[in-house]
Amino acid sequence: MLEIKNLHASIDGKKILKGINLKINAGEIHAIMGPNGSGKSTLAQVLAGREEYEVTKGEIIYEGKNLLEMAPEDRAREGIFLAFQYPVEIPGVSSTNLLKTALNEIRKHRGLEQVDAMEFLSLIKEKTKLVELDQQLLSRSVNEGFSGGEKKRNEIFQMAVLEPKLAILDETDSGLDIDALRIVAKGVNTLKSKEKAVIVVTHYQRLLDYIIPDFVHVLYNGKIVKSGGKELAFELEEKGYDWIKEVKVVQVHEQV
Amino acid sequence: MNHSSEIKNWYLKNYELFENSLNGDRFSSINGLRKEALNKFSDLSFPTVKDEEWKYTSIAPLLEHNFVPSLNKKTLTKDQIENFLFDDLESNVVVVINGHFSEELTSLNKIPKGVEISSFAKAISSNSPLVKKHFSKYADFSKHIFTSLSTAFTRDGVLIHISEGKIIERPIHILFITSSENEKLLIQPRNLFVAEKNTQATIIEHFVNINSGVYFTNTVTEIVVGENAIIDHLRLQEENKSAFHIGRIDIDLERTSNFTSHFISLGASLTRNDFNARFNDEGGECTLNGLFLTEGNQHFDVHTLIDHAKPHCNSHEHYKGILDDNSRGVFNGKVIVQPDAQKTNAFQENNNIILSKEALVNTKPQLEIFADDVKCSHGATIGQLDNDAMFYLKSRGIGEEAARAILIHAFASDVIKSVKVIPVRNYIEEILADKFNQPEARI
Repeated sequence: MLEIKNLHASIDGKKILKGINLKINAGEIHAIMGPNGSGKSTLAQVLAGREEYEVTKGEIIYEGKNLLEMAPEDRAREGIFLAFQYPVEIPGVSSTNLLKTALNEIRKHRGLEQVDAMEFLSLIKEKTKLVELDQQLLSRSVNEGFSGGEKKRNEIFQMAVLEPKLAILDETDSGLDIDALRIVAKGVNTLKSKEKAVIVVTHYQRLLDYIIPDFVHVLYNGKIVKSGGKELAFELEEKGYDWIKEVKVVQVHEQV
Repeated sequence: MNHSSEIKNWYLKNYELFENSLNGDRFSSINGLRKEALNKFSDLSFPTVKDEEWKYTSIAPLLEHNFVPSLNKKTLTKDQIENFLFDDLESNVVVVINGHFSEELTSLNKIPKGVEISSFAKAISSNSPLVKKHFSKYADFSKHIFTSLSTAFTRDGVLIHISEGKIIERPIHILFITSSENEKLLIQPRNLFVAEKNTQATIIEHFVNINSGVYFTNTVTEIVVGENAIIDHLRLQEENKSAFHIGRIDIDLERTSNFTSHFISLGASLTRNDFNARFNDEGGECTLNGLFLTEGNQHFDVHTLIDHAKPHCNSHEHYKGILDDNSRGVFNGKVIVQPDAQKTNAFQENNNIILSKEALVNTKPQLEIFADDVKCSHGATIGQLDNDAMFYLKSRGIGEEAARAILIHAFASDVIKSVKVIPVRNYIEEILADKFNQPEARI
């Protein structure tokens, strides 16, 4: 579904990603872990198409297409969804308005009919229940005055409505209490299917108690320095990230 | 002789024709004021950017034309009027064509007894005591050349008089229609709205045109909001992109009166509008909101003055500008709190969004406070569409153009939502949606 080859990216001339290689198949859940500043969020933003990041080398193939040539909105229409680490507040735009517009643009792209008001409302009702989000929040401006937990749940709610093929969760677990964490996990697990894939970017192993990854990758200094199964997450939790930094040095020596 | 004086002489020369066209009316009670204003006009000079009040607005393009005062009545068909009416609004429609009140096209329904909505010319010729009492009392022409021009050439427009205790349920929709081909008309509707004690009405001043030629609207409206009266006022300016629009509104607020105005400005190549509101007694409330959209080479300028001359009055002001292409915007809002005006609340805000690199806005919110027990605030912002918000919308599958439309609509929404007449609000929403191609998504 997704293949990242030797991806280099920088912002304002500062190199952040320094050769990422990653292959994700449909049906898989991948966790990307790593210390702060290792490039996790940059990778998530580059996948979603944030223009501020400049891809200087490498390629990303998504469902056989060159992802880097696609505008952010086209990526979304093709099924990529990013749950933001810091969801943006948009005064004056209601969540309902945003979602209905988004859903219809995506449906239009896929040659489907527009949803009518009734269908949309019942869809909203179903999905708000799933993520236990107060439906009244939806008539308010997007994320404005939402608590941290509400913002994160709103991201998962949007994901549930838009039903992406590839969902990228950028530290959606950060700052969440255990109940909210379970809700987020429920949203992701409901989405999970043979045709879909999920990338969970996280700093902590905690979320992975609820969303069981097939693969865990450790990102450090702009590169994936270690990949493994879910047991790698436990190892990281136990030992912290310091030993990874040493591993990395060893690898660099090997390359030399 | 410089060009500016030549143009002034052109208008002075035209006065004779104007006066001849008045016939008997030249002996009416206001003729003294006309003459006085003409003399003032002759003494004053057209402003240049060296004048503080016109610092960012050059009227040079206006002075390139010799506009001809519109002396003759013109008629239009009912169909031509239909297009300008608001959907789903039951209103009293008043039609003014090229500055002349049209009796045939004006249609008033359910107007209570004691309410007069009529031609200003008729009021002048019948020596109406209202005209005598209020005309030119609020819109001081002594320092304002365009007001002196209006006052000197006063001929027709709309007079509304609401006598004590009367309530007009249906909004009064005044259509100022210009129909000019290549005549380069000077259109000067002169209006007087007097709301006596305990009255209520909604008045919409709507400026439109039928042809696309160059013309010049110079309009003055004086509004008296009597004790405990409530007036909801809207001015919707949609003149064509080669027209010039200079407008002035003076509001006299009496004890515990309430005046709200929304100025929505979309048209004209050059727009300058002055609002002067004065609290003449305690407990009044005044709201001046506005939204302007400019594109191409349009120039928009609004000057507002709220004079808190008395204590316990509240004023709110919120103007929003959306500027594209090479257009220019000017907001100059002044609030004066006089020494007596304790317990004043005055809030003023101007926010602007610039959609292109070339567009420019000058904003100057000013507070002059001479009392010590007051609550006042003012602020101004100029910015671009928020990049983070744009990316967020795009990341949800919403295309560039639609995302832009959504954010522009969101920016304007609080001013639009404060428009109380729903069909007019819907109309403004539609204009925005058409202009920026917003997909249908509202629920």
